[in-house]
Amino acid sequence: MHDLNKIDEIIQAYADTRTPLIYVLKDVQKEYGLLSDEILTRVAQKINIPLSEIYGVATFYSLFTTTAKGKHIVRCCNNAPCHVKGSKAVLDHIKSYLGLEMGETTPDGTFTLEFTSCLGLCAVAPVMMVDNEVYGNLTPEKAVAILKDYKMKGTSHA
Amino acid sequence: MHRIHILIAMDAHTISQGARSIKDAMTRELALAGLANEVRVVETGSLGIYDKGVVLVVFPDAVYYVGVKMEDVTEIISEHLIKGRIVERLQYLDMPSGEAKAGDKSARVSKQIRVVLKNAGIIDPESIEEYIANDGYEALGKALTEMTPEQVMEEVKASAMQGRGGAFFPTGIKWGFAAREKSEEKYIICNADEGEPGTFKDRLILEGDPHAVIEGMALAGYAVGAHQGYVYIRGEYHMSIARMQRAIEQARQQGLLGKNIFSSSFSFDLDIREGAGAYICGEETALIESIEGKRGEPRNKPPFPPSVGLWGKPTIVNNVETLANVPQIILKGAKWYRSLGTENSPGTKVFTMVGNINNPGLIEVPMGITLREIIYDIGHGIPEGKGFLLAQLGGTTGGILTREHLDLPLAVDTLRNAGAGMGSGALLVVDDSQCLVDLVKTFVEFFVHESCGICTLCREGNGRLLELLERMTEGKGAAEDLHLMEELANAMMRGAFCGLGQAAPIPVLGCLRYFREEFEQHLQGTCRAGKCELHAANEAAA
Ligand SMILES: Cc1cc2nc3c(=O)[nH]c(=O)nc-3n(C[C@H](O)[C@H](O)[C@H](O)COP(=O)(O)O)c2cc1C
Ligand code: FES
Repeated sequence: MHDLNKIDEIIQAYADTRTPLIYVLKDVQKEYGLLSDEILTRVAQKINIPLSEIYGVATFYSLFTTTAKGKHIVRCCNNAPCHVKGSKAVLDHIKSYLGLEMGETTPDGTFTLEFTSCLGLCAVAPVMMVDNEVYGNLTPEKAVAILKDYKMKGTSHA
Repeated sequence: MHRIHILIAMDAHTISQGARSIKDAMTRELALAGLANEVRVVETGSLGIYDKGVVLVVFPDAVYYVGVKMEDVTEIISEHLIKGRIVERLQYLDMPSGEAKAGDKSARVSKQIRVVLKNAGIIDPESIEEYIANDGYEALGKALTEMTPEQVMEEVKASAMQGRGGAFFPTGIKWGFAAREKSEEKYIICNADEGEPGTFKDRLILEGDPHAVIEGMALAGYAVGAHQGYVYIRGEYHMSIARMQRAIEQARQQGLLGKNIFSSSFSFDLDIREGAGAYICGEETALIESIEGKRGEPRNKPPFPPSVGLWGKPTIVNNVETLANVPQIILKGAKWYRSLGTENSPGTKVFTMVGNINNPGLIEVPMGITLREIIYDIGHGIPEGKGFLLAQLGGTTGGILTREHLDLPLAVDTLRNAGAGMGSGALLVVDDSQCLVDLVKTFVEFFVHESCGICTLCREGNGRLLELLERMTEGKGAAEDLHLMEELANAMMRGAFCGLGQAAPIPVLGCLRYFREEFEQHLQGTCRAGKCELHAANEAAA
């Protein structure tokens, strides 16, 4: 059970912003790590928007998550500019190192593997993002070495 | 007084290659060398060099260094700054900016003209003083003190500038629609949701010259009678958001945003709105829905935003690059603007060159330049001696250009005639070692991922296209599949609800048109490039 009182403070902070729902959800997610049913229900009560509508917004945008994820989120780009520079080989190597398919989380809860759409870093493709850090000019070996680093340090780079 | 300035490019590309720690080391070592009062280290936007590691330039000598590593910092200080000897090992001679030394004839310099990017990488984007020192806010001053809103709009109309967000709608005409609406409340929105694969021009403009965008928005506000603007920035662009926020605060402090700007009766203010990860929010009505705190689903058009937009009020949505052009049109005049580019497509265009190219990155060139000049002169050709297979211009929804288009002048009308478009300005170059079917699959995967799902043709159509392509690379394709793909693609173009679903089939149809034999080969069980799953399966079977 979370202490949900922070939600009220966050909503209060946006009292002067017109249609602030997305901002509220961003801050709430920052606070609690995810947007669970329990959390969204509280937001709905306080902000006076139907839960169904809030749920619709929370599931529409890729930066929101309604389920728990790993400590580090690895987002790989496989759009065309990264693709022609070899992103598939990088992705395959990451998948086999982590033992994950897209969207899955390691059993120890360290990594979640996801796709990202182009991060606008295609001049140094292929590219991945771990939490808020971006890494370019990847090779399969380099990508896995970076992830090993995260695993060893066990700390968030965000 | 500082004798020397070191500009260090701080953009997402260089940060991903360690620019922050180099800047810190540089500052630290300068202090240790007792040069803190003589040499100033300044962060700037992109310097236009992308895959060469950390990039910096030493002024007043204008010497560019690339691939700067931690161990190079003390060498640059002791050799260049103290002894005046250039560290040639790190020097980069193919400078991208128009500020190149006299006598420099490299193509990257001579073919480029900097209008939108005139300040990017040259001034400190966190300093409003430097922007002002480079004619910044002069256009706004001129408009508010010497011109009526109608005159500002007429100037933009006369420039014939077309919007740079992809649709190339004439900006002045769009402004006219909003200006004639009678409403106390109107809005200007800057579309900085940039999510088109291969595109990063808007980010580099925002990060390299944020005040040009602010000034453009204020001019738009004056022309149409709006007093509030929003910059809608993609949520993943953390640095753009921070730089823009800082720039807005500085402009407010200087009285360039807020009430009674330049002591006129015109008031205008700006706020940032962040996206939350959805490609479709780049579409202007989806963007408006998102600012309204809703799912970013496109609205029915008409009515168009200039009549009914944000919170139901008349709203102008313009792209970052469009707005960054506006101050110079007002300052230098429509006639000057029309002297650049071609008759039907005036001005310059910012492109991002990506894919299989030796010199990737951001360039600004006059409209009408050819693909060959961009790829071979500015981009230095294709790596490893490989051949040119195709280029896709305008992002993932862009048309396909092949060898036969290399000498086509790139302008809005010429491209339209060739069944392509300029779109977002992303130029993806693909070499002949790539598997074409695999590439098309990548395009379609993007649409499957980014379809907002409200209309069946886009949601199911892209899903079915992907299935057909997967079948093909798995060696299970049937002869009639190509025909099926074409039928489906044509139905989507005609019937999808918004621009995403309508444009998604363009590259698929383009590839089918120019490279049909490659699809047929896959149906017969061979892959020329030997890259897709079909090839892997054949290998395993052998
Ligand atoms: C699917 C889709 C995505 C779009 N993405 C963007 C974008 O990222 N940035 C942008 O400026 N325009 C984008 N547009 C175009 C906008 O709808 C709109 O035409 C543009 O912002 C208008 O600005 P302009 O007149 O300055 O070109 C997109 C359109 C569609 C259909
Ligand atoms: S395509 Fe991967 S970062 Fe642009």
